[in-house]
Amino acid sequence: MSEATLLLDDGTVFKGKAVGKIGTTMGEIAFNTGMTGYQEIFTDPSYFGQILLMTPSHIGNYGVNVNEIESESIKISGLVCKKFSETFSRPAAFESLQIYFERDSIVGISDIDTRALVRHIRDKGAMNAIISSEIFDIRKLKSQLKDAPNMEGLELSSKVSTTKPYFVGNENSSYHVGVIDYGVKQTILRCLEERGCYLKVFPSNVTAEEIYEWDPDGIMLSNGPGDPAAMRKEVAELKMLLGKGIPTFGICLGHQIMALASGLKTKKMHNGHRGVNHPVKNLSTGKCEVTSQNHGFVVDKESLKNKKDAILTHIHLNDDSLAGIKYPSKNAFSVQYHPESSAGPNDSRYLFDEFIDLIKKYKLVKTL
Amino acid sequence: MPKDSSIKSILIIGSGPIVIGQACEFDYAGSQASRSLREEGIEVSLINSNPATIMTDKVTADHVYLLPLEPESIIKILQEQKIDAVLPTMGGQTALNLCIECQNQGIWEEYGVKMVGVDIDAIEITENREAFRALMDEIGVGSAPSDTAKSFLEGKEIAQELGFPLCVRPSYTLGGSGASFVHEAKDFEAALTRGLHASPIHEVMLDKALLGWKEYELELLRDSNDNVIIICSIENFDPMGVHTGDSITVAPAMTLSDKTYQRMRDMAIKMMRSIGDFAGGCNVQFAVSPDEDEDIVAIEINPRVSRSSALASKATGYPIAKIAAKLAIGYTLDDLTNQITKSTSAYFEPTLDYVIVKIPRWDFSKFKGAEEELGLQMKSVGEVMGIGRSFQEALQKACQSLEIRRNGLGADGKELTDQDTILYKLEHPSWDRLFRIYDAIKLGIPFKTIKEKTRIDDWFLRQIEDLIKLERVIEKESIQSISKDLLFEAKQKGYADRQIAHLLRCLESEVYDKRSKEGIKRVYKLVDTCAAEFPAETPYYYSTFELENESVVTDKKKIVVLGSGPNRIGQGIEFDYCCVHGVLAAKECGYETIMINCNPETVSTDFDTADKLYFEPVFWEHIYDIIQHEKPEGVIVQLGGQTALKLAEKLSRYGVKIIGTSYEALDLAEDRGSFSTLLKNNDVPYPRFGVVESAEQALDLSKELGFPLLVRPSYVLGGQRMKIVINEDELEHHVVEILREMPENKILLDHFLGGAIEAEADAICDGENVYIIGIMQHIEPAGIHSGDSYAVLPPYNLGDLVIHQIEDITNKIAIALKTVGLLNIQFAIKDEKVFVIEANPRASRTVPFIAKAYDEPYVNYATKVMLGENKVTDFDFNPRKEGYAIKIPVFSFEKFPNVNKELGPEMKSTGEAIRFIKDLRDPFFRKVYSERNFYLSR
Repeated sequence: MSEATLLLDDGTVFKGKAVGKIGTTMGEIAFNTGMTGYQEIFTDPSYFGQILLMTPSHIGNYGVNVNEIESESIKISGLVCKKFSETFSRPAAFESLQIYFERDSIVGISDIDTRALVRHIRDKGAMNAIISSEIFDIRKLKSQLKDAPNMEGLELSSKVSTTKPYFVGNENSSYHVGVIDYGVKQTILRCLEERGCYLKVFPSNVTAEEIYEWDPDGIMLSNGPGDPAAMRKEVAELKMLLGKGIPTFGICLGHQIMALASGLKTKKMHNGHRGVNHPVKNLSTGKCEVTSQNHGFVVDKESLKNKKDAILTHIHLNDDSLAGIKYPSKNAFSVQYHPESSAGPNDSRYLFDEFIDLIKKYKLVKTL
Repeated sequence: MPKDSSIKSILIIGSGPIVIGQACEFDYAGSQASRSLREEGIEVSLINSNPATIMTDKVTADHVYLLPLEPESIIKILQEQKIDAVLPTMGGQTALNLCIECQNQGIWEEYGVKMVGVDIDAIEITENREAFRALMDEIGVGSAPSDTAKSFLEGKEIAQELGFPLCVRPSYTLGGSGASFVHEAKDFEAALTRGLHASPIHEVMLDKALLGWKEYELELLRDSNDNVIIICSIENFDPMGVHTGDSITVAPAMTLSDKTYQRMRDMAIKMMRSIGDFAGGCNVQFAVSPDEDEDIVAIEINPRVSRSSALASKATGYPIAKIAAKLAIGYTLDDLTNQITKSTSAYFEPTLDYVIVKIPRWDFSKFKGAEEELGLQMKSVGEVMGIGRSFQEALQKACQSLEIRRNGLGADGKELTDQDTILYKLEHPSWDRLFRIYDAIKLGIPFKTIKEKTRIDDWFLRQIEDLIKLERVIEKESIQSISKDLLFEAKQKGYADRQIAHLLRCLESEVYDKRSKEGIKRVYKLVDTCAAEFPAETPYYYSTFELENESVVTDKKKIVVLGSGPNRIGQGIEFDYCCVHGVLAAKECGYETIMINCNPETVSTDFDTADKLYFEPVFWEHIYDIIQHEKPEGVIVQLGGQTALKLAEKLSRYGVKIIGTSYEALDLAEDRGSFSTLLKNNDVPYPRFGVVESAEQALDLSKELGFPLLVRPSYVLGGQRMKIVINEDELEHHVVEILREMPENKILLDHFLGGAIEAEADAICDGENVYIIGIMQHIEPAGIHSGDSYAVLPPYNLGDLVIHQIEDITNKIAIALKTVGLLNIQFAIKDEKVFVIEANPRASRTVPFIAKAYDEPYVNYATKVMLGENKVTDFDFNPRKEGYAIKIPVFSFEKFPNVNKELGPEMKSTGEAIRFIKDLRDPFFRKVYSERNFYLSR
């Protein structure tokens, strides 16, 4: 196996082995602590532009399966891991992770002290990094890394969103839901479809007018990559849409955009939350749920103070950060985490049911 | 939710004597629970009949009752103490059964005691296989096709319907007692009869055998607000067909996709909620079909802490029993903090950035005639856990922890090469299947054949194959030529220096020197529940070969305590008890304490015990590297049984200070020749003896000594291969046998004092002053291993003259050996004359017993003496001497129906109980005493 180098923005260098395609890649380095679900994670559009460090010891053990993707291709910019399995074992798998990476031209590095790296990032905070299995001159890598854009203020959603609207499900389904695709995961669409929704998926640059014209019974604001604060146009469009009282459910980036459209603020986190074991408490029921999370920005809890129309509904139990909001007058609610999970526990799927309940009530009122 | 303030005092029920299927993991659980409740200001009473436990110590509970686990004992406690609630989930099935019995007798109700942490109906459902299956059907969770039979005829009808292979599982038994696989119709009737007999309610469940399905376990915690979290997923290396307690297991699960894992997680939560409403721990076992469907089938659910939850606690760092105890008194998970990070929430699911491999430890050599093939019934007596940054590293470390004279998995010249034997072993799993898989791959047996015979997942087999590929590369090199990268790779994959030396055909020390020179050093990583996402405060470490070392060395003076490794016959929980007390005493003396051990069931490997825990093999290389890193004042070896003691020689040779009795004295006591000289010089009588190295010498010597003769190899444990022979044929045969197994062993022949009475004494000595902590007299005549005999403290019918001789000899030997610390001496008494059989200058199996019986902290005192903090004369000894305490040996013979239950010089018991009697008129004592000569057929 050939060698590879990982260089961080602060000059730290790690040497390891090349995995995936031989090449060079850059992005913001982030770590994910999920022990299962690497395929779902790698294909999640929210990771676009990021070099992902996976903390479990082994990655790739059970190969790759056609049914376990969250988008049509791998979205991470690069992978950092400890052991990358050359062999895999699963009758339901169709190929190895190595071949999958090669096909999608993903560059990675394995056999590094990922624990040391996590501790480093944990203390220093999120930063850019470059992986190369073809350039070994550190100076060269350094100068390339300078060109990597800063995640703060970066709009990435348009790079992963659909360019044209498309439909999902059966037209005769009970509910018509408009989905704004900021980088939507397939499982979000599946969760809605399973609950009797017919979906029209709009590109991220859709106008409020276009959505309203379709006359949806509900609107889903999807997850996606990048800094929400850089999405002024999307926020403005959403602001117009929110006033119409159509039931709206926001997830992750969708949640942040909804917050910005409601006059709240977002901020970049020191490290973000990425993993499938994040503890969240539902303040209205008092129950807890283990959630799947993937975000580097967060809605500022302070900005919620004195806002009458935005009520804190969920908090993250580890750092007390904001995890969910409802906007009663707008008929809207949103969560920072991923109720569709994939990867991760299914504890929060009830939120889709609550969304459907809102839609039912809205339809009832509409027909009166 | 806050805690239930109506609960001010709690009774915890222990699990009783160690038997196969229920070992010291419950001491760990009970101790944790007790500490956890006392933190909350709750008064804890504790009942257990097992004296060798930390849970029954004054340091653990407020009121300790060393009583038989019977309803009468519970009534006695309830009369003496005001108990608000009982917590029965910490003492295995034994505690649950006792709790149910008391419930049925209306005892809890009568005394107004609330049951916490469990739901009787839940136990009922999980133990009644028919009800369990019906419930699973009801909630839509799949289970194996099965039916319940209450009679022989019913059983035969069901079998006809299900077809073979099938499993016979008796209801309400422990560790799979009486359960078996039936592959063919001809074996069914016997298995059915055995199963019905084993069940206390004469009921068996017959289910279709899911042979070859992948097996998993999840450990759950639930609070009173119905929040549920999964602490750990465990994957069995051995697929369905081998009892989980006998399976090699791996955490986290290695070959599960997220989709299948989440399905399993959902099922587990649904199952836990369906069996009843209770707050606490729970273990669920699943089988997954090894095909594209990945069907999941529920196997069983245990609504209590278990062996697996102890393993899961050590594997993740999440203390399940500690938290379960808090949940039982009303806290919810979100009220509590993560015990490792101390900053994040206890409501979360641990994530691992390392791999753990658990390997069971069997002791078939002690059970001659036992069926060694593994199946539904648990047969192992202990276990080890290896932690590494990869599966391969964890696997090698676990193999190094086993103490079965191997240096790891392979690369030590002990491979088998006989194809037929290997092929048989692949298909019929026993203690050595892992090693035979290695042999098979090395021999070039096709992967497909190995897979077909073992049905072990490809991923695991490929990992072993990869190790062999690496060995082939290393073998081409020499110590001079091997590159740094290759050496580093071998170390990262868990190879010991000794294994590498074997492959390079050089000395271990040369490998050590080379890697030191190349800067290939062990680093220590933290077990922190969160893959380093948050800073953690708990000093729980394992080693690996990587860049960063997280174990920061302080400038405090330090003491290392070596643990006793896996439990086995002859070396069990007693030594863990001693190690824990050693640690606590050294802490009291102002030392930073460092514990090294690899047994996940123990209290010594609880990260709350020592200041620093290194969860590492008690194997030279690992220990030496920790010592190099920490630079302690010295190492305590006399508390960890033979495991720790046998490392004394090398430690001493490498200039590491042995705390207490010197290595020379330890060796002197072990070397029969020099020890006899010492006895002779001190006018101490001993049986005529000699040392031989061949059968020929043995025969010659026997003429001199006269039969009967006690034959025993040196440097062994629990009387391994010890035998009394009465003629030349037997002698010759036995000596040849020993030398075949242990070449170059020095074999001792003692003239056996037939009909003698045996006694033993334990003492603490500071080199000048001796204090005898207790003398125990055995009930059975000489010839039975001391661990297997009933014994009484103090002696019940030894005359003053004899006692005086024992005391005098103990004093003399203690001083002559320059003992600093503990000493145990075994005596045989014939015609009022006292002979010394052996002396062990270390903590013995009886020390915890005496400490409990006399209510005195002897190990604490002995440790302070070893450390030079105190002289024996500093202590105010004040033993509680009322009546007698009887040590009752406990066996696990029901797990080995074919084994000869005859007792002899080789130890067979797995545990012990204590029983206090007022006087010798006690009916229990009378009975045991009157049957003392029946031991041959116990």
